[in-house]
Amino acid sequence: MQSASWFELNRHRLYSAMIVVAVTLGSLWALSIDNRFLYLLVYVWFGLIYGLFLQYGRFCMAAAVRDLFAVKVPRMAVGMMIAVALYAIVAGLVTLTGHSTFHPNVLGWHILIGAFIFGFGIVFTGGCASGSLYKAGEGNLNSALVIFAISFSQAMVVAGGSWFDGLTPAGWAESALAKDMPAELSVTRGWFDLFTAGYVWNLKGTTLAEIMGVTESPVTAVLINTFLNAVLPVLVLLVGLYVYYFRKGYVRRLGKSSLTLGDELAGIWNMCTSSKNTALAGVGLGIFAGLHMYVTGALRAHYEIFNFGELLTAMGYTNGLSIQDTVFDPGYWYITTQEAQWGGWVMERLGIDMMDNIFFGLDNGLPNPLLNAPGFMSIGIILGAAILALLRREFKWKMPTWETAFFAIAGGILMGIGARLAMGCNIGAFFATVTNGDPSGWIFLLGMVLGGLAGVKVFTKWMDWKLSREDSFGL
Amino acid sequence: MAVSFEQTGAGEWTLDVKGYSCPHPQMYTKKAMQKMGSGDVLTLVFDNPSSGESILAMCESDGNDVFQRSEDAGNFIWKIRKA
Repeated sequence: MQSASWFELNRHRLYSAMIVVAVTLGSLWALSIDNRFLYLLVYVWFGLIYGLFLQYGRFCMAAAVRDLFAVKVPRMAVGMMIAVALYAIVAGLVTLTGHSTFHPNVLGWHILIGAFIFGFGIVFTGGCASGSLYKAGEGNLNSALVIFAISFSQAMVVAGGSWFDGLTPAGWAESALAKDMPAELSVTRGWFDLFTAGYVWNLKGTTLAEIMGVTESPVTAVLINTFLNAVLPVLVLLVGLYVYYFRKGYVRRLGKSSLTLGDELAGIWNMCTSSKNTALAGVGLGIFAGLHMYVTGALRAHYEIFNFGELLTAMGYTNGLSIQDTVFDPGYWYITTQEAQWGGWVMERLGIDMMDNIFFGLDNGLPNPLLNAPGFMSIGIILGAAILALLRREFKWKMPTWETAFFAIAGGILMGIGARLAMGCNIGAFFATVTNGDPSGWIFLLGMVLGGLAGVKVFTKWMDWKLSREDSFGL
Repeated sequence: MAVSFEQTGAGEWTLDVKGYSCPHPQMYTKKAMQKMGSGDVLTLVFDNPSSGESILAMCESDGNDVFQRSEDAGNFIWKIRKA
């Protein structure tokens, strides 16, 4: 009796500790096989840290947009801005050490369109790409379905057949052909290859400092990229969020008819700290996301590599590498591409040729999930969130219903399509970019906000329709 | 599994949104609060942790008082008094 009740009382702690022990033993096992797996383990443990912070702060960037429009709550938008400011400052310092792993995204219409589709989808899935991972760690199987849908929809988008080729602008095929790519990639077949080689490759990606022509002094360039491209827009957005979403309630609570400048500043501070968990998670995620770049950058210098593919080759693992002997290895927090690889890897096992395209065949490869370093970052997020959710007694298996499963899969498919068009999700195409001086991320945010707004409108209409059909329901 | 919202007494209501994740719980809570009168109390039952943080912020903004919060095995039971 005694031991059974002890187990009942401590089961959550026990499961939580078991995850920590399993990840630790798994890490030691990997190192015992080859100590160069340290490079992969950095992704695992940073993923774990991200998962802990995401769960701690209920930090979901989908909520940053959705809750603003659906219930007029700026909590997550504020948390996201705090994280952007911190990440930008740490990223600036990392850039000065010479260990930055960042590469700017190219700027074009595809970002706005992709981000719109992505932003529309996240309203229905209940979480962004990272949000779905940490919610899966809380036992939410709807979120697991979202990850499944994102993985396979992306894989299908990038490797899809040539059914939509006719819809692409004529110039794309010509431009793609001119790139003189190896024949096995068949870049003139498959609309995503045409889109990549015939459109995206013709665009330029750059940082704000480069746009302004300030590149000679690294310190000035970093100051421009950090403060002008990230911190200043964050401050402007925080003031906007305060004025439109927080000030009214704050004035009522303060009980004053007119506010001094001091009151207004105190109000902005009040808004930033009103959800302590979210604010602290924003600070933690910002700092660790920056440190992640430093650690990976320093390891690349140590191993004298540019990409994990070189290390895999040196360790004798050559299956699934791209024709350049590379694999997806961003060197910072990223979510969607490794999930596309999971989907692609499974489809390849099912006998579909997934390497005859640019995305997998030329750039990212299709490594075995056991050797997919960023893939382990995603798994780390799930496990980190599970560790904390169990400790806080918040872990609960949540089974999908037909309704929630439909939303998870349909929304996840849209997120996958949007993420591939925009070349990333709210992490890779927004969070990691704006913090490293790349203004394209703000275009992504704009698209995601517009998509989120449209998504909330459709979702609200659906909810009202559903309620109007349920007579017993009093709402 | 379905959302249930019912009046359980004079000025007392219960909303059960267990099994739903974002954004359902916060949107149903907002709708429920709109149906209730000033001073009424809502017993809210949900199991999506993320929604809690948004519901707290929503209540703070609208002046509604979350005066009791209990959590067990992943279920949250909150009592909210409408301003």
